[in-house]
Amino acid sequence: MSESPSSPLTTADGVPLKVSLRRAVRRSKIKALLLVSPLLLFLIIAFVMPIFDMLWRSVDNPEVSTNLSRTVEALEGWEGDALPGEPAFAALVEDLQEGQQARNLGLLSSRLNYEKSGMRSTINRTARRVNALEPPYRDALIDINDTWGEIDTWKLIQREAAPLTMSYYLAAIDRQLTVDGEIVKVPDHLEIHVALFWRTFWMSAVITGLTLLLGYPIAFLLSNLPLRHSNLLMILVLLPFWTSLLVRTTTWIAILQSQGVLNDVMVAIGVIADEARWQMIHNKTGTIVAMTHILLPFMILPLYSVMKTIPPSYMRAARSLGGRPFLCFRRIYFPLTIPGIAAGGILVFILSIGYYITPALVGGQSGRFITNYIAYHMQTSLNWGLAAAIASILLFVVIIFYLVFNRLIGVDKVKLG
Amino acid sequence: MNDSLEVEADVRETKDQGECFARFVNVQKSYDGVELVVKGFNLDIQQGEFVTLLGPSGSGKTTCLMMMAGFETPTHGEILLKGEQISGLPPHKRGIGMVFQNYALFPHMTVAENLAFPLEVRHLSKDETRKKVDRALAMVRLEEFGDRRPAQLSGGQQQRVALARALVFEPELVLMDEPLGALDKNLREEMQYEIKRIHASLGVTMIYVTHDQTEALTMSDRIAVFNDGIVQQLATPETLYEEPENAFVAYFIGENNRLQGEVVEHIGDDCQVRLDSGDIVLAKAVAAGGVGARTTLSLRPERVSILLDESLSFDNCFEGHVKEVIYLGDHLRTRLAVCGNDEFILKTPNAKGHPNLRPGQTIKVGWSSKDCRALDA
Ligand SMILES: Nc1ncnc2c1ncn2[C@@H]1O[C@H](COP(=O)(O)OP(=O)(O)OP(=O)(O)O)[C@@H](O)[C@H]1O
Ligand SMILES: [Mg+2]
Repeated sequence: MSESPSSPLTTADGVPLKVSLRRAVRRSKIKALLLVSPLLLFLIIAFVMPIFDMLWRSVDNPEVSTNLSRTVEALEGWEGDALPGEPAFAALVEDLQEGQQARNLGLLSSRLNYEKSGMRSTINRTARRVNALEPPYRDALIDINDTWGEIDTWKLIQREAAPLTMSYYLAAIDRQLTVDGEIVKVPDHLEIHVALFWRTFWMSAVITGLTLLLGYPIAFLLSNLPLRHSNLLMILVLLPFWTSLLVRTTTWIAILQSQGVLNDVMVAIGVIADEARWQMIHNKTGTIVAMTHILLPFMILPLYSVMKTIPPSYMRAARSLGGRPFLCFRRIYFPLTIPGIAAGGILVFILSIGYYITPALVGGQSGRFITNYIAYHMQTSLNWGLAAAIASILLFVVIIFYLVFNRLIGVDKVKLG
Repeated sequence: MNDSLEVEADVRETKDQGECFARFVNVQKSYDGVELVVKGFNLDIQQGEFVTLLGPSGSGKTTCLMMMAGFETPTHGEILLKGEQISGLPPHKRGIGMVFQNYALFPHMTVAENLAFPLEVRHLSKDETRKKVDRALAMVRLEEFGDRRPAQLSGGQQQRVALARALVFEPELVLMDEPLGALDKNLREEMQYEIKRIHASLGVTMIYVTHDQTEALTMSDRIAVFNDGIVQQLATPETLYEEPENAFVAYFIGENNRLQGEVVEHIGDDCQVRLDSGDIVLAKAVAAGGVGARTTLSLRPERVSILLDESLSFDNCFEGHVKEVIYLGDHLRTRLAVCGNDEFILKTPNAKGHPNLRPGQTIKVGWSSKDCRALDA
C-alpha cells in the first residue's frame, strides 16, 4: 500500500509498475475511443458546435465595427457632449458609400434599429443618396435625415462598436440600454418575453405535476401487477411512442375543439348549451392537456424503474409492525420513490420548457411557449441574436435545474430500466 | 357444509382446552383455484413455545406464515390467536412481529429509526421510544450502530436489527421466515444461538420457518415437518429423529438407509419383511401395512455395527461389500452394498481400534430390529 518514494514498485524487468500499467491500459483505451469516435464526431458536429455557435451569437456584435469601421475610428476620443466634428460625418459617408456598393447594409440597419427605432429607414434613406453628397457632409447628412443631428445616434454608434453586446440578453428579458448605459424596462406594449418565460415555467410545472398525479398510480400498478398484466399495461404506456407526435397533437384538436368530440358529447347529454361550448383548444387548457398526455410516459418510466426495485416486503414489514396502510405508504413507500419522482419530474419539466410543436399547434395566442418566440425570431423577425439569447437562457435554466437535482437527489440514484 | 361443521367442532375443542396460544384449524390455501398449496394444515402452539415449520422448497411454509401474519387469506379453515378468530383482522392490527428472509429493513431510515417505527405508529412518547429502542439495540448487542443506515451494516448485523425491530414493540408472537438463509455457516450458528437466547429471556412465542434441518433440530421445542401441503409429523426434535412416523420424515430428517420390501408376518410390535433382494429383515412395525403390503425400512447409518467376530450378535446380520470409504475427521463414512442396496451408508466413529476398511472387502454388518423402522412405502 504505502509506496515509499525511494523504492517505487517495479515489475520483474525493472519497469516501474505505474508505467507498465499505464502502457497496458493504453491499448484498451485507444480501442474504446475508436469504437465511440463516430458517435463522438456526430455529437461534436451536430450538438456541441451548434450550442457554442448559439452561445456565441447571443453576444456577438460585429455589424457596427465592420460596416462603420471608419466612423468608429473617427469617433475615438469623442466625449459625446456635442455633435462630433466633420471628420466623423465624412467617415460615415465613406462607410455608407462602401456599404451601398457592396450591398451589405441590411444587417447594420437592422442591428441599429433594435437599439433605436427608426434607424433602419434613416440608414436606408441616407445610403440611397450617399453617392450624390457633397461636402460639408455634416449639413448634407442632417439635411437628409434629422437623426444624424442627434447626439444619441452617434453615442449609439460609438457604443455598438464593441465586439460583444449584452443587448440581446437584455432584450430577452424585456430590458434595454439607454444611451447613458442604464438598464431600463422596455415600454409596456413591447414587453413580451418575461411574461412568456413565466408562462412557460408555470405551465411546465403544472404539466409536470399532472403527469406525476396521473403517472404515479400507473407506475405503481406496472411494478406490482403480475407479469402478464403488467406487460400489457407497459405496451399501453409505450403505445404513444409508436404514433407520430403530430398525430397525437392533432387528435387533441379533434377532441377538444368547439365543434369537437368532447363538446359534441356534452351538448348531446345536456351538460352545456350549444351556444356555450367550451373553448378548450388554442389556449392554455389545450397546451396543458395535450402536453400532459404526450409527456406522461417520461414520468411513468423513471417512476416504474425505481418502484420495481422496491421489494413488496418493505410494505409488508411496515404493516406487520403496526402501520396503517396509508401511513406505511407515506413513511415507507413514498420516500423510496422520491428518486423516481425527481427523475421523472426533471425530465418532464425540461422537455416541457423546450417543447415547440404542441404549443404551436394547440396553444393559440395564450398557450404559447417561449420556444415559439425563439422560432418566431429565427424565422420571421430574423433576429438570430435575440433567438440565441432566449435559447441560451433556457439552456442555463435547464442546467441549473439539473445541478439542483443532482445536489438533492443524485443522478446515480436513478436507474433507467 | 360438512367441513365447516368440522371446523366448528375443532374450534370448540380448542376453547375447551383453553391453553393454545395460536392455532391453525384445518387451513387450506389455493392461489390459483386449481391446486391446493396448503391442504388441511393443523397446528397448535403453546404460549412461549418455539415451533419450527420445516419442509422442502415450495411446500407451503411461507404461505402458512403469511396467513398467520395476515398477508394472505386462507381459502378454508380458521386461524386463531389466543382463542380469537383473526381472519378479519388486517395485518397491522394483529400485533405479530415478523422477520423477513431479506430482512426488509427500511433503507432510508437509520437503524434507530427503523426500530422506532413500530413504536411511533403506536404513539409512544419520545422518551419511552428512545428507551425501548436502546434496550432493543442492547439486546442484540448493537448499541453503537443506532445511527447507521442498514446498507452500512453486515448481513449478520442487519439480521439482528430485523430481529430487534420485530421484538421492540413486545409482540407476543414472532414469525420468522428463513431469517438466517442469507448468512454463512459460522454466522448462522452464532445467530441461532442468539435467537434461542432471546427467545428464552423474553418468553415470546416464535414460529420459525426453515428448510435447514440442523437449524430446526438445534433450535426448536417442536418441529412440524411439512410436505405436500400437510404436516407429516409434529414432534420434538428427538422424537422426529429417533421415531419418524413415515418415510418422508425419516428421509428428510438426518441421514437414513432405505430398504424396500414386503411385509411377510407381524410378530407383536415387530414384523418380518422380505426385501426385494430376497433377504428377510426383522423390523419395528411403525407404519407398515398388513401382510403383503409394501413397506420402506428406515435405518440410521450410525445404528449399523460392523461385526468383527462372533461375540456381537444382532437380530439382523448381513454381508456387505465395501464400495467406498470417506474419511471425515471425527468419523468415517463407508458406502456398502447390503441386501441389494448399493447406497447403504455406515457411519463409524474415528475411535481407537476401529476396523480399517478397504474398498472391495467383504464384511459382516448387523443392526437391532428396534432401530429399523418399517414405514409406509
Ligand atoms: N403469490 C403466489 N401466487 C401463486 N402461487 C404462489 C404464490 N406464493 C407461493 N405460491 C406457490 O405456493 C407454493 C408454496 O409456496 P411457499 O412460498 O409457501 O413455499 P415455501 O415452503 O415457503 O418454499 P421455500 O422454502 O422455497 O420458501 C409454491 O408452489 C409456490 O409456487
Ligand atoms: Mg418460503
